[in-house]
Amino acid sequence: MILSFVEHESGVPDELSLESLTMAREIATGTGEPLEAAVLGAEGGALADELGPYGVEEVHHVVHDRLDGEGYAPQAWGESIAQLAADLDAGTVTGPSTDRGHEVLAHAGATLDAPMATNCTAVDVDNGAYELERNRWGGSLIEHARLEGEPTLVTAAEHEYPVEEADAAVEPAVSEFSPSLPDTAFAVQLDRVETSDEEGIALGEARVVVGGGRGVGNPDDYDQLETLADLLDGTVGASRAAVNEGWRPHDDQIGQTGAKISPDIYIACGISGAIQHMVGCKGAENILAINTDPEAAIIQKADYAVIGDLHDVVPALNEELEERS
Amino acid sequence: MNVLSCVKRVPNTGAKIVLTEDNQRIDTSNLGFTMSPHEECAIEEAVQLAEDHGGSAHVLTLGPEEATEQLRTGLAMQADEATLLESGGEEWGPRATANAIADVIDDLEDEFGAFDLLLFGNESADMGNCQVGVRLARRLGLPCVTGIRSLDVDDGVAVAKREISGGEEVYEVDLPAVVTVKEGINEPRYASMRAKMQARRKEVSRREPTGEAGPGTFEKIRLEAPETDDSPAEILGEGVDAAPAIVEVLASEVEIL
Repeated sequence: MILSFVEHESGVPDELSLESLTMAREIATGTGEPLEAAVLGAEGGALADELGPYGVEEVHHVVHDRLDGEGYAPQAWGESIAQLAADLDAGTVTGPSTDRGHEVLAHAGATLDAPMATNCTAVDVDNGAYELERNRWGGSLIEHARLEGEPTLVTAAEHEYPVEEADAAVEPAVSEFSPSLPDTAFAVQLDRVETSDEEGIALGEARVVVGGGRGVGNPDDYDQLETLADLLDGTVGASRAAVNEGWRPHDDQIGQTGAKISPDIYIACGISGAIQHMVGCKGAENILAINTDPEAAIIQKADYAVIGDLHDVVPALNEELEERS
Repeated sequence: MNVLSCVKRVPNTGAKIVLTEDNQRIDTSNLGFTMSPHEECAIEEAVQLAEDHGGSAHVLTLGPEEATEQLRTGLAMQADEATLLESGGEEWGPRATANAIADVIDDLEDEFGAFDLLLFGNESADMGNCQVGVRLARRLGLPCVTGIRSLDVDDGVAVAKREISGGEEVYEVDLPAVVTVKEGINEPRYASMRAKMQARRKEVSRREPTGEAGPGTFEKIRLEAPETDDSPAEILGEGVDAAPAIVEVLASEVEIL
C-alpha cells in the first residue's frame, strides 16, 4: 500500500499535501495498491471526510499524548510515520515538498534506513522499482532516476501535480495508531509561534506579484512598485541581485533559495531573468517583463513585454490604473 | 564553542546550463564552481558564533580534491580549520554523505575538540535532497532543527527560528545539536584579498570517506534540461506609451481588473 503523509491545519488539508496525494494516487493506480493517509496532531481524525474525494481508502490518525497535546516534534512525527509504515507494510511513503514534509519524511527515512527521493515530478513503476523524474537545481534540470527499496520515500515537487479528485470518491475508514516514542524523539519540539506584524499578502499566496531587480537601481524606487502592487491587490518581490544589494529584505526574494510564487501574473521590472530567479516564478500563469534590454533572457521567458525603463513605465501604468479605478 | 559547518562544491550555473554528451552531469568546462548559498550562510553563522562565544569554526566538505577551493573560501571567511573528505569525482547520495560525515566526527573531535553545533545548508543547490542534516543527526543521536533563518545560542541552548506563513516557529534545543540553515539567516562576509592570501597558506586536513549508502538504491539514470517555451514575448509597446496596452492585457487576458 501507499501511505501518504498529509499535513493539515485544524482538520483542513494543506494544498501541497493534496498535490502530493495526486502523485500518490498515480503510484497506487500504477501498482494496484490501496492509497492510505497518515495524519498527526489534534483534529487529524477529522480529515476522513476531506480525503475521501482524493481516493484515500483509510485515514490513520496517529495518537500519542505528547503528539496531540504539545507542539510539533519533527523526530517524533518521523518515527511515528516510520512505525506506521512498518506496521502497515507500506511499500512507499509519500509527502509534500514543504519544510515540514521533507523534515518528517527525512526522519522517517532515517528511522527505516530507507532511500528517499525529493521534489519528484513524475513517478512510474517498472518491475517493482520506481522510474522517476525529480527537480534538480530547483527545476532548472530534471533528473531521471531509479528508486528501489523496502520501503521508499517520495515527495512531490511543489506545484508540479494538480490538486485533483479521484474518478470515484470513497468513504475512508478511520483508524488510530499509537506509536511507541522515547523521550529522545522529543528533544526538538516547537516551543512557540511568533506571528509577524507585517501586513500585506504573502508572496506565495499573492495573485499578483510585482518583482523588482537590479534595474530598480536603489531602494527608494521600490515605492513605484509598491504603488503598482497596491493598485492590483498584489505584493512586491525581488530578485537575488536586489536583495544582495540590500534594497529589499531576504523575505522578498523570489527564486531557487527564496520564495516560489504562483500568481495569476508576475510583473518583472528590471529583472534580467537568471535561471535561479526563473525557477522561483515558473508557477506564474502569466509573466509581464518591463525591461530596457530587448535581448534580456526574461523577454524569452515572458508572455508579455514592454521595452522601456521601469522608472518611466511603472508610474505611467500606475496613472493609467488610477484613472480607470 | 566549536562549530562545524558542512558545505558542498557545486557548479556555478548562473549562466546557461549545458549537459555533457552522456547527459550524466553539467558540462563544467565553461563554468566556475562555488558553494551552495545556504551553506555559505552556514559558514558565516559558524564564524560569528565562534567570534561571539569564543572557540573555533571548522569547515568540512565531501568532494573532489578541487573542493579545497571552497574550503579555502571558508578559511578566508575566517573559519579556523578545514577538512576535506576526498570522494573522487562521483556524486555521493544523501545517505552515504551523512554516513561519511558521521564516520569522521569522532576523529575530528579528537583532533579539534568536541563540536557544540553542526551546521548544514537546508539543501544543496544542485541536488536539493533536504535530508543529509537529519540523517547525520539521527546517526549521531543528536537533536536536529531544519530550515532555520535565525539562531541564538546562550548557555548551552540554541534558540532557532523557522519561517512559516504569517510568522516564525521557535525551537529551543540543548547543545550539541545539528541545525540546517537557509539563506537570509545572515549576510556572508566578503573575504578580503589579505584573508584569501592567508587562507591559501593554511593547512587543509584530509580524511578518507567511508560512508555506506544503506539498503535500497537511488540511482541516477540521466539528466535532462526541461523544455522551455522560448517563443518571444508579445511586445505590448515601448516606454510610457505601452501603459494603456498593459491595462488592457490585465483586464481582458489576465482578468484581474
